[in-house]
Amino acid sequence: MPTEKPLVKMESISKHFGGIQALTDVSVELFAGEVVGILGHNGAGKSTLIKILAGAEQADQGRVFIRGEEAEIQNPNDARRYGIETIYQELALCGNLDAPSNLFMGRETEKLGLLNKAFMRSETDTILRKLGIKIKSLDVEVESLSGGQRQSIAIGRAVYFEAKILIMDEPTAALGMEETKLVIDLIQELKKGGIGIFWISHDIHDIYAFTDRIAILKGGRNVVTCATQACSQDEIVSMIISGNPAPSLLVDQDAAAA
Amino acid sequence: MKEFLIKFQRYPLTWIVLVACLIALTISALSPYFLTVNNFTNLMKQVSIVAILAAGQSIVIISGGIDLSVGSVLALTAVTIGWLVQNGVSPEIATACGVAVGTFAGFINGIVIAKGKIPPFIATLGMLGIARGVALVITGGVSYQVLTPLFLFIGNGKLLGFPIPIYFVIVAYAATHFMLSRSRFGRHVYAIGGDEHVSRLEGINVDGRKIAIYALSGFFSAVAAVVMVGRLASTPPNVAFGIELQAIAAVIIGGISFAGGRGIVLTSFVGALIMAMITNGLNILGVSSFWQQVLIGIVIIAAVWVDNIKSARRR
Repeated sequence: MPTEKPLVKMESISKHFGGIQALTDVSVELFAGEVVGILGHNGAGKSTLIKILAGAEQADQGRVFIRGEEAEIQNPNDARRYGIETIYQELALCGNLDAPSNLFMGRETEKLGLLNKAFMRSETDTILRKLGIKIKSLDVEVESLSGGQRQSIAIGRAVYFEAKILIMDEPTAALGMEETKLVIDLIQELKKGGIGIFWISHDIHDIYAFTDRIAILKGGRNVVTCATQACSQDEIVSMIISGNPAPSLLVDQDAAAA
Repeated sequence: MKEFLIKFQRYPLTWIVLVACLIALTISALSPYFLTVNNFTNLMKQVSIVAILAAGQSIVIISGGIDLSVGSVLALTAVTIGWLVQNGVSPEIATACGVAVGTFAGFINGIVIAKGKIPPFIATLGMLGIARGVALVITGGVSYQVLTPLFLFIGNGKLLGFPIPIYFVIVAYAATHFMLSRSRFGRHVYAIGGDEHVSRLEGINVDGRKIAIYALSGFFSAVAAVVMVGRLASTPPNVAFGIELQAIAAVIIGGISFAGGRGIVLTSFVGALIMAMITNGLNILGVSSFWQQVLIGIVIIAAVWVDNIKSARRR
């Protein structure tokens, strides 16, 4: 374990929706420059956990620390102030607006109290070029773009606003193979730049290939948190299904305790 | 040049203006009285109130909502003005108070919708009853005469040869168009209409924007009330009964998508104008007013049909 302070530390997070306990006492850490995969079945609480960090939901109990300082994240704007950007699986863009409008949504730049459209357009152009993203036109509704192009705009948004902590909720779920590769290349670049990334995915191959550590949830509880390479893909799958730590890990932990 | 043509062709105003011209030409071919200065002035006066309401309604509909209370809020504003003038308040102050009351009614709509999570249709349906009811309570059902110079000027005066209500319409549409296309608020109206959930995730203050949107619709209703008081020189509490449907129809005929997120406000004026021309034209031609309703109904359905075709083509 690195001795530096974690970029993000979520501690004993609990959350219920009505009678349903979505999360119970879940903790997870993220360090700068690492990718942490969050795994679990549907309903394991992955998305809820991440939405709490993104400000889309509020925890009932538990605390969040950013760089060692306790953070109050009540809404998405609070999260953004801490440098947290989220890329959602459902392609969180307004289909009826063009790329610049989406990239700057909620953070539009103004000049003399009016939208500075020319600036936003040229900045969008610059950032998409920089990331090697090609879209047919900046002026069309993003609804007419492909899933990969739309996801690229979402990533462009995170990069443009200098995310320090990136949450990717199944970022490649809606994408084809080539587009997935593009996204993964982008992530590798961001990681080198010292960004911490939470990656939620069902794709065990992606997780195994591109994450440094994994946190497995089941029924809203931590199952295990370990270095990705500490267990095999099969073990990861069986932990997701059974909700019990793999025996090999238990031996390691016993050894560490001893 | 080609790009310009495509842009022109896609601009929301292009086709609806063409339709309006076609209707105007058809009616004037059938009657020499249609395209006269006199009739045109008349038409502008007739269209002004619905047009002003439609401007506010456009903002609401682009945001993915609807405001059924505009007619009742108009009436409430009108009787507030009438009641105050009756009680010796100066017409200017009475107008300011009336506009404040109308805006406040819209503000309440916004609070109920944003904070109470009541669907706009229900919330404003409630306000439709409440505002009209309060208007009747204030007046006990009687109409006040408002024969002050200010309102006589608004109703019958002219500036540079055009009746005063037209200037209200021009200012209403210029301001709304500017706001929707150039301001952050306007951008957020489109975003909320496009996808409210995404807007929230991206940090837009959706609740605050909604409250502002409905307050604005209330404000436009109040402005329409001022013109109405001028034209009638009185404030019957049952004024503008059912006018909300005309305002909504104007927006839809103009081509703003009922699903929200798409369209520009200027088309709503053309929509209002088309409805007024049909009514006015058929009157001139001596066609029964019963048939006018049938025709306007058909136009509304046709407009939505065209909108559907447009959105099918986008996919």
